Amino acid sequence: MNAMPHTTRGSAYNFGFLDEYAKKEIRRAVLKAIAIPGYQVPYASREMPMGRGFGTGGLQLTLALIGPGEVVKVIDQGADDSVNAVNLRQFIEMTCPGIATTTKTAESTLIQSRHRIPEQPLTATQILVLQVPYPDPLVVVEPSEDKRKVMHGEADYSRLLVKLYEDIVQFDEITISHRYPTRINGHYVIDPSPIPRWDVPRLNDAAALTLFGAGREKKIYAVPPHTRAEPLAFSDVPFRVEDFRDAAGRRRACARCGCTDSFLDEFVGDAGSKTYQCSDSDWCDEQLLQAEHAQGEPA
Amino acid sequence: MNRILEVRGLSRIYGPGCPHCVDATGPEADTNRCPHCGSIVAIHDVSFDLFEGEILGVMGESGSGKSTVVKTLYFDQAPTGGEAVFFDGDTQHELFALNAARQRWLRNHRFGMVYQNPNLGLNFNISAGGNIAERLLMSDLMDYGAIRERAKTLLARTEVLLSRVDDLPKHFSGGMQQRVQIAKALATQPPLLFLDEVTTGLDLSVQARILDLILEIQQELKTAMVVVTHDLGVIRLLTGRAIVMKYGRVIETGLTDQILEDPRHAYTQRLVASAL
Amino acid sequence: MSYVAIKGGGRAIAGAAAVTEYLRTEQGLDNPAAEPLAIDAILHQLRHLVDRVVSEGGVYHPQFAALAVKQSLGDTLEAAFALRAWRSTRPRLSATPPLDTSRMRLIRRISSAFKDIPGGQMLGPTPDYALRLLRLELMDESPEAFRAVARDWLENCPEADLPDSFPKVLDALRAEGLLPPLGAVRDEAPFDITREPLVFPVPRSAALSTLARAETGALLAIAYSNMRGYGDVHPTVAELRVGYLPVLLPHPVTGELTEAGEVLMTECEVVAMFEADDAGGKPMFTVGYGACFGHNEVKAIAMAILDRALQKGMQDGPENPSEDPEFVLLHVDGVDSMGFASHYKMPHYVTFQSDLDRLRTTRQKSGEPA
Repeated sequence: MNAMPHTTRGSAYNFGFLDEYAKKEIRRAVLKAIAIPGYQVPYASREMPMGRGFGTGGLQLTLALIGPGEVVKVIDQGADDSVNAVNLRQFIEMTCPGIATTTKTAESTLIQSRHRIPEQPLTATQILVLQVPYPDPLVVVEPSEDKRKVMHGEADYSRLLVKLYEDIVQFDEITISHRYPTRINGHYVIDPSPIPRWDVPRLNDAAALTLFGAGREKKIYAVPPHTRAEPLAFSDVPFRVEDFRDAAGRRRACARCGCTDSFLDEFVGDAGSKTYQCSDSDWCDEQLLQAEHAQGEPA
Repeated sequence: MNRILEVRGLSRIYGPGCPHCVDATGPEADTNRCPHCGSIVAIHDVSFDLFEGEILGVMGESGSGKSTVVKTLYFDQAPTGGEAVFFDGDTQHELFALNAARQRWLRNHRFGMVYQNPNLGLNFNISAGGNIAERLLMSDLMDYGAIRERAKTLLARTEVLLSRVDDLPKHFSGGMQQRVQIAKALATQPPLLFLDEVTTGLDLSVQARILDLILEIQQELKTAMVVVTHDLGVIRLLTGRAIVMKYGRVIETGLTDQILEDPRHAYTQRLVASAL
Repeated sequence: MSYVAIKGGGRAIAGAAAVTEYLRTEQGLDNPAAEPLAIDAILHQLRHLVDRVVSEGGVYHPQFAALAVKQSLGDTLEAAFALRAWRSTRPRLSATPPLDTSRMRLIRRISSAFKDIPGGQMLGPTPDYALRLLRLELMDESPEAFRAVARDWLENCPEADLPDSFPKVLDALRAEGLLPPLGAVRDEAPFDITREPLVFPVPRSAALSTLARAETGALLAIAYSNMRGYGDVHPTVAELRVGYLPVLLPHPVTGELTEAGEVLMTECEVVAMFEADDAGGKPMFTVGYGACFGHNEVKAIAMAILDRALQKGMQDGPENPSEDPEFVLLHVDGVDSMGFASHYKMPHYVTFQSDLDRLRTTRQKSGEPA
């Protein structure tokens, strides 16, 4: 049914799908975002051929930054092979001829991810692009964007902090599980995208540039390399990452690779039994390889 | 005694304004609405000084502009003219020349406000303690335990039952809401407090206890206050000096006793007579 | 031991596409008479579907809109989305000056403000006064009868009834000074929502372009809230016109304005309660403006009402959701809202794991003495 070849064949599109004016605009927004760490730069987000919410903001960043010779990795929920990651990767391959894709974190130059930061620390030659559904952490206390802009400008985050206070009063714990509000370079507080708390410390003083793209909400922001990223907390009630200890207080291990210091996915068996595995599939594979290497025998 | 606040020529006009606004309004014109352009001259050329630890009364009927005076000084509304200098220790702040962030800093750290309507001063969707915490967090206190202790101390001081520290103020009585507002206003121990008709609409017995509380606080903390009210009883009880306003202008100013015992302006005489 | 996460994502996607394609072509199973839906048939027989898609897709390309309708199996949200994504790949080469809608070649034009208007009322194609009875005879329409209808109509149609252009109703009110003059509005360069993000407060032109490509149902719902009492526009439809508007573009060499084609569009102007102007001038009526690609009267009317409501909100501060520019303009786009609603179907394992951690910790704590 290919009546209209340019709607189905990648070659009829510009490299990177978007026209060059659109890419330039996005790059300008990226430069501004890097110059003002944590500030949400508005941009004229284009419609992409996948749903708003499926990573169109991240994808626009990827497509605006990508050049021939790039090695791209796409992750969703930590895995390269989940449906949405495959979909995005195929689209990038189709519209960017000449680039390479990989599942290996170490080999990649550009990583687009939803909900996870790779376990393996990134290097200065890598860029991480995170997909963002809600760019503004203040939206929970103030629905008007106009007013939020003033609050950000004045670094007025007291209403957000009161929410943490009320949490502790009510639950004796800060109940924010993911999208943990994080202050960048001592001023702007960002929504670091729905990464788990486990990943938040990785933003702090990172060697790699992290870019955040919210397609539907039309915002781009950045945590530049070696920049402070501090999760909001009280001096006596510190920020805590997810706790994977069992009833006896032992740290759970990945059932596949045995790793005890990675973020775990929980699987419930038919009989209600629970098993745990690394959420980051590449990390899990690497751990297995290393273990095999150490034992000197292929499994 | 040191001055803490110096207000000169404060004005606020609502509407487009025209060259006749000032001449065509005021006590003599018997209106605050300009007949030429319809603008409301809420206040014009209001000047006064406030000294450390002093309570100054601003009295007048509704429409006299008395609330506008404190709302401009607390940055709720921008004035259309005039100046105000806040003397904070060795620093002087030209209030209306500051940028918004600086104004907000002063509001949060050095000023306190108690509104007639507790809805304006409190966030009804967070607990009484949370309301006080918000103000402490604005002033960068980041220790949960310390914030909680301070909130409890303040609520105890303003006679709010500690068992209610985590309840929402929307479930409180009017008198208790005012106590929480006062506790919130005092959270950062500001040297300057604005009180706008704080006892209006409360039962007489509740009024009396709130007024006692304000007096005690003033004596303990030496907080300077500007008290806006139409109630001569409040003026008599709290203030040492007062200004009387009508249609946006100050028509009489002096020691409270003097104004109440021997008013000079005919309007003040009527006001005092009617209260007796 | 194998990895438990979703494996074979690529295969799953291909499978989903294949079964959707099966549904599209299923009619052809053991049915030699089955034919694929022709783009031409969609363009003509499902014209209001195409109208919606060109308007919500934000690009006037009826053929591609019909294709989008075909490939999305008639889902207007999906079809508008595909058209919008195609549009993203096109550079903006030129801009038209403001086009004069009095030059529209009209197929329909009414005013509810005046009994008679210059040029007269022209009912045109509308279901407004049709009885909504199911036309059972169409259940099994013969191709011969189908072809005869249009031919007969044209043959019997007097020349005078064929489309023409008419003066605008509002021009008369404007000449009387009952409406504000147009000049001030026209001088302002329009805001291009495809090239600039909405940063509030936004100019009226940004609001109008956002409304013009909004999802019809979303626009109608918010406008309806205003009509019912969450607002007080109380409009009178001064003029509603449907027709073909000549599109003028500067000639690439001479720069002279040249007619490049025409677009079918619907335009609605409502007149609402008058107000005195701040400068002490005479009170005047206020106008709400709606216009969209294609023939979509409900959308144009809803848009005109919202335009008026938003102007009020921008001036006096919003008292209702329909008067709040942020509320209206950020929630009426079909591509944005359907995408976000759909995204909840994607896996959220990681965030849910994080939620579980918080709930378990909190429950543990509340089970222990403090």
